[in-house]
Amino acid sequence: MNFKLKNIAPQLITLLIVVLIFSFFTFNAQVNMENRGIEFGFGFLSQESSFDVQFSLIDYDGSHSYARAYLVGLLNTLLVAFIGIILSTILGVVVGIARLSPNYLIERAAAWYVEFFRNIPLLLQIFFWYFAALRALPLPQDTEPMLGVFFLTIKGLFVPRFVWENLDIFIYSVIAAIISITIIRIYAKKLQENQGKQLPVFYISAALFIFLPLLTFLIGGVSLDFSIPVLEQMSNTSFKYKGGLGIPPELIALTLALGLYTATFIAECVRAGIQGISKGQKEAAASIGLTPNQILKLVIMPQALRIIIPPTTNQYLNLTKNSSLAAAIAYPDLVLVFAGTALMQTGRAIEIVSITMLTYLSISLSISVLMNWYNKSIAIKEK
Amino acid sequence: MFKLIKQATSFVAMLAVLFVFSTETMAAKKSKTLKNTQKKGFVRCGVSQGLPGFSNADASGNWTGVDVDVCRAVAAAVLGDANKVKFTPLSAKERFTALTSGEIDILSRNTTWTLSRDADIGLTFVGVNFYDGQGFMVRKNSGYSSVNDFKDGISACTNLGTTTELNMRDFFNSKGISYEPVTFEKADEVVAAYDAGRCDTYTTDKSGLAAQRIKLSSPDDHIVLPETISKEPLGPVVRQGDSVWEDIVRWSLNVMIEAEEYGVNSSNADSMKTSDNPAIKRLVGAEGELGAAFGLDNDWSLRIIKQVGNYGESYKRNIADTGILPDRGPNELWTKGGILYVPPAR
Repeated sequence: MNFKLKNIAPQLITLLIVVLIFSFFTFNAQVNMENRGIEFGFGFLSQESSFDVQFSLIDYDGSHSYARAYLVGLLNTLLVAFIGIILSTILGVVVGIARLSPNYLIERAAAWYVEFFRNIPLLLQIFFWYFAALRALPLPQDTEPMLGVFFLTIKGLFVPRFVWENLDIFIYSVIAAIISITIIRIYAKKLQENQGKQLPVFYISAALFIFLPLLTFLIGGVSLDFSIPVLEQMSNTSFKYKGGLGIPPELIALTLALGLYTATFIAECVRAGIQGISKGQKEAAASIGLTPNQILKLVIMPQALRIIIPPTTNQYLNLTKNSSLAAAIAYPDLVLVFAGTALMQTGRAIEIVSITMLTYLSISLSISVLMNWYNKSIAIKEK
Repeated sequence: MFKLIKQATSFVAMLAVLFVFSTETMAAKKSKTLKNTQKKGFVRCGVSQGLPGFSNADASGNWTGVDVDVCRAVAAAVLGDANKVKFTPLSAKERFTALTSGEIDILSRNTTWTLSRDADIGLTFVGVNFYDGQGFMVRKNSGYSSVNDFKDGISACTNLGTTTELNMRDFFNSKGISYEPVTFEKADEVVAAYDAGRCDTYTTDKSGLAAQRIKLSSPDDHIVLPETISKEPLGPVVRQGDSVWEDIVRWSLNVMIEAEEYGVNSSNADSMKTSDNPAIKRLVGAEGELGAAFGLDNDWSLRIIKQVGNYGESYKRNIADTGILPDRGPNELWTKGGILYVPPAR
């Protein structure tokens, strides 16, 4: 009994202190808000927002509610996080492997890249890409198209937009291709395990992935058109693009900065992961006759991934949270739209800041859960 | 074991006592701001991050501007020295939170007086020290000579968290024009982006446009369009719930305007004590007991006029002589065709 209490007491006290501190802050905020005649409530979320947002993935304008403005910001944040994570992963893996290259030039270049980009504050890099790189871009009327249809200007990147007909059939065909590829892979694995035969799985998959969707164009009534951006004059010196798809320069600068910055950390994770595998593994694999490609794919990578994934998860979380620096360069993310404009217009600081904090917490936890699940699936399964 | 429990209980008891005490002291008493200010020895004033003519710091950190002068006037009135002000530069986004949370006691930051701000978020506007309106700046060679020339797809740079964002929507909607709003947190970044050609137009209060134009790489290549699309009465703000402090700030501003009306300025204020006009004598503290109403001495208004000057002096020093807006427009006294009209100080 005595022994038990001794163990529990410090934990109880800690819990009590935490509760006390929290209730103190809540109470204090309540008293102060009451004194200043500020009300607390979430009713404002259904009010008309009456401000517009530059860039939105869903239909939105000022006649929609604050709740919808929140959704606009959230989706824009997720968009940046998604593109940033993909960009930084691809770049990080390439640079990480390049750092181990026997080629002196490649190895040095990768090392320089890592040391340069990870040692400059992210905000400065965002400013650099937005203000320095943006300034160097031409005005719309002076822009030479790239490949005839891409226009990179100070007002953003304008690309052709797909105009689909019977898009649903096309999507079904892609899904069908993915399902048949999965089945073939399972079959190929069985075939190898039972009979030792190897099928050219990659080529079959690639062929399926290309031909099935292509077939829908021929017989499924699917057609694809491009809406190409066309320069239109608004006044003597103001021009805009009509048609096509405009990607705002703020988005480009932000994803570029986030991607290049985070890739350096991921590159180091990848390098650490590969170097963490003992040389004997590679030599043993070679001695049983695996090709260098097979060694990397079947022996090194599965083990290295176990070392790479946990720290890389941290980098994904960092990238997502760092995306809130968007407000500095006018990219309408959650912080700018909701914790910025909406907060200013409603004055609901406590409500909006807590919603925003909870949102970032949820996004980060979701990424963590996903990555932990992936980590578990590749961990050593002891039997 | 007993000892441990005893220690724990005493610790919790101590926390509980602390808890009760601090909430007790935090419950604001009436007119506490004045007492705190006098105890600290300086006025805590929230200003902009740099808007020439309104609140702008020079290389050595001296703040000047008509908004700054309001805070200086309050310092002169309650502390006797116009220099005893601590300025806190705030972005548009931070300003109200800084005031309601008690980080500053006066917000004098070219802030538009609106119903929702006044009534909804624990703030009180005490007056207007600059009548303004929202306008548009464009490149001279763009061919725009009026807002009626704007066409679908125009991109407009502006500040985050301002009435500008709302007015802009009202304006473009009423004209039926689609537009791209590009909103930055800091004014300097808005200017940089507009200067680089990111936006076709830069929209904010006209005084702000005039002031920020100086920061552009070639100011002469830009013009402010003649139309004004909104009313923007700018003025100092205080926290709700301290009516004495509210009155002090309100009347510090009013005294500056009234002093101009009666021709009292920083150089002749002392000699005005012997004036024949009772209104003037009240203004310089030679008659009546006006200061007592706030708990101040009777020379409070004289100190404002002597140390900061009247409104006209402040305007001339900060806005006219710096070339921002030489013409006072609506910010002229009501006796001279403007709309500056304050209740009498009596």
